[in-house]
Amino acid sequence: MTTVKDLPQEDYFLSGHTACPGCGGAMVVRETMKVLGANTVVYMPASCLLIFSDMYPYNAFKVPSLQVLFETSAICASGIKRALKRQGKDDVTVVAFAGDGGTADIGMQALSGAAERNEDILYVCYDNEAYMNTGIQRSGTTPFGAWTTTTPLGGTSEGRGKNEFKKDVPRILMAHDVPYVATASLGFPADFLRKLEKAKAKKGFRYLHVLAPCPVGWRAESDTTVDLAKLAVETGIFTLMECEDGVLTLNREPRFTPVREYLKLQGRFKHLKDDQIAAIETWVKEKWERDRALAKALGPKPKVPVAMTK
Amino acid sequence: MIEARTATAGERHMVTGDYAAAWGAMVSRPQVIAAYPITPQTMIIEHLAEFLAAGKLDAEMMRVESEHSAMSAVVAAEATGVRTYTATSSQGLALMHEPLFISPPMHLPIVMSVVNRTVASPLGIWVEHNDTMPQRDTGWMQVYVEDAQEALDMVLQAYRVAENPSVELPMMIGMDAFLVSHTIESVDLISQEAADKFLPPFKPVHAYLDPERPLVVGAAAPPEYIQEVRWETDLRMRRAAEFLEETDREFGRTFGRTYGGAFETYRLEDADAALMTLGTVTSTAREVVDRLRGQGERVGLIKLRSFRPFPADRLQDATAHLKAFGVYDRAVSYGVGGPSYIEARNALYDTTTMPILGFLAGLGGRDVTPQDVELMFKKTLGAVGRGRRASGVHWIGTRGVSP
Repeated sequence: MTTVKDLPQEDYFLSGHTACPGCGGAMVVRETMKVLGANTVVYMPASCLLIFSDMYPYNAFKVPSLQVLFETSAICASGIKRALKRQGKDDVTVVAFAGDGGTADIGMQALSGAAERNEDILYVCYDNEAYMNTGIQRSGTTPFGAWTTTTPLGGTSEGRGKNEFKKDVPRILMAHDVPYVATASLGFPADFLRKLEKAKAKKGFRYLHVLAPCPVGWRAESDTTVDLAKLAVETGIFTLMECEDGVLTLNREPRFTPVREYLKLQGRFKHLKDDQIAAIETWVKEKWERDRALAKALGPKPKVPVAMTK
Repeated sequence: MIEARTATAGERHMVTGDYAAAWGAMVSRPQVIAAYPITPQTMIIEHLAEFLAAGKLDAEMMRVESEHSAMSAVVAAEATGVRTYTATSSQGLALMHEPLFISPPMHLPIVMSVVNRTVASPLGIWVEHNDTMPQRDTGWMQVYVEDAQEALDMVLQAYRVAENPSVELPMMIGMDAFLVSHTIESVDLISQEAADKFLPPFKPVHAYLDPERPLVVGAAAPPEYIQEVRWETDLRMRRAAEFLEETDREFGRTFGRTYGGAFETYRLEDADAALMTLGTVTSTAREVVDRLRGQGERVGLIKLRSFRPFPADRLQDATAHLKAFGVYDRAVSYGVGGPSYIEARNALYDTTTMPILGFLAGLGGRDVTPQDVELMFKKTLGAVGRGRRASGVHWIGTRGVSP
């Protein structure tokens, strides 16, 4: 198994791209490309990634890349893969990198379709919890209470940040019974690398949901990206899990650091009142109860007794 | 039908227009097909699935979850360097509107059969051209066919034109809902061998996705670069007109059938007044021309096939001797008139001062009868000698409004 130290020196996502300082999305892409290597084709939708990596005449990828539309990541990656298969190049890995808006919201239909058909692609969602490229608008994965430019602050119940909780995209993908669904955090690179290697080796539809803090959108210091990604896991807000061929494993039992430790580092949460923080604490507790129950239900299958196989 | 499904290639069989289009697609050897079902296109993809199941078709067939994904899938596959095919209708094409814009600047010669059907509201499943005509400015070539044989032949021709290195534009082939798609006609099902001789394998010459030769396809671009892309795409659309004619002639040499290229004329040479039609109404209009000629009226017909590229130069020459010209449309640009009427007026503005009349009939799939077409001719003949002021848009057969 590769450790961070064993990662190849060679990059396929190169420096010189124009991402903001501390961009979690760029780190997700760089690490992923180190594992996937040269024999890869990349698809990216309209997104931060496209703008900071492929604005003509510049290109940050050392492998071929395609951009079509915002909501077409899963289907275009599938189309590329089908064509490569016809050309006898089935060994090429096709990866789609999309943000949370392109995945959880506008891209969900194509994502679900590709998962249902078990298209042979790797889909990496870098989740920075809002539409960052267009200027920090709320998405389906924006957490409860977060300020965004479309959930601004004001004197009414509509002015307390986002009123809904984060959409659980990995759980939606798990319902498609695909070969591999996993979450990862930039705060736990060894776990992320292990999952990337596993995802690369598997055939069929593979989904990685990676928490990718955005200092600009989260109103945080640009040197806190990795700390925030760690704290999200240790507070229990973001669960590290993987579902491999139907068997769900929770990869890390968090320390359950108080959520306030995570929230206070981010300007997007600084307006939160005690009742909102209490709601987040309750949400974390209930999420873990549910995730544990799910992991138990979807744990390793007991061997079928001989008598029952007749 | 069952007999037709197991038909031996290269023979005449009684099949539907949808079957003919599917056959045309099969013998064109697309490598990736992606489609989503919509009435009345459904039989095209059903037959392709049957050909695949029977081992007659060797392709990746993607049964996707929407038309938006169908078009996006063939865009991505074509960008990877293989020949692709899809088919749709009506709302499906409307949903494809966004990805339609992608392939022309990217030089992706996708071919798509579109069974022309009403776009809601109100919802209807019958023929209208208000699905394809609003796609005029996407950069797709558009050709309209009259019958099942032409629906088949045009698929082969479409690939030849679209994949020409000087063109490299996608093409949609419009075929009228039910009147072509579901009508059973005697069709020459071109054999694979003959199709292969006419249509060589696809070899992408420019950008395609290959890890051996990494490059960016798509990308974002600032204002410093996009206008040149638009200019270059426009240039290829203008060039396409020539290759459309050439391909039809070569098809004729190979198969013994031609369609006149961008348009076909009928008894036009000595006509005083002529009507331009597209789609199945043309068959009715030919009969009406014969009948009116029998009565001593000097009338002729132009069957418009290519809406994009629009054959402006040829149309100027073909209509130079006319004294009045009528243009029939099965779609309306609200507040203005029929789309091909608008195109014809624009094309002929520099070369003629004759009256050009627009006719709207058969919208929503209503029958266009010989009496309707005769009325169009009569109105056009009535405008002879009256100059441009006699031009205008006429609704034919609108209940309570017009005869």
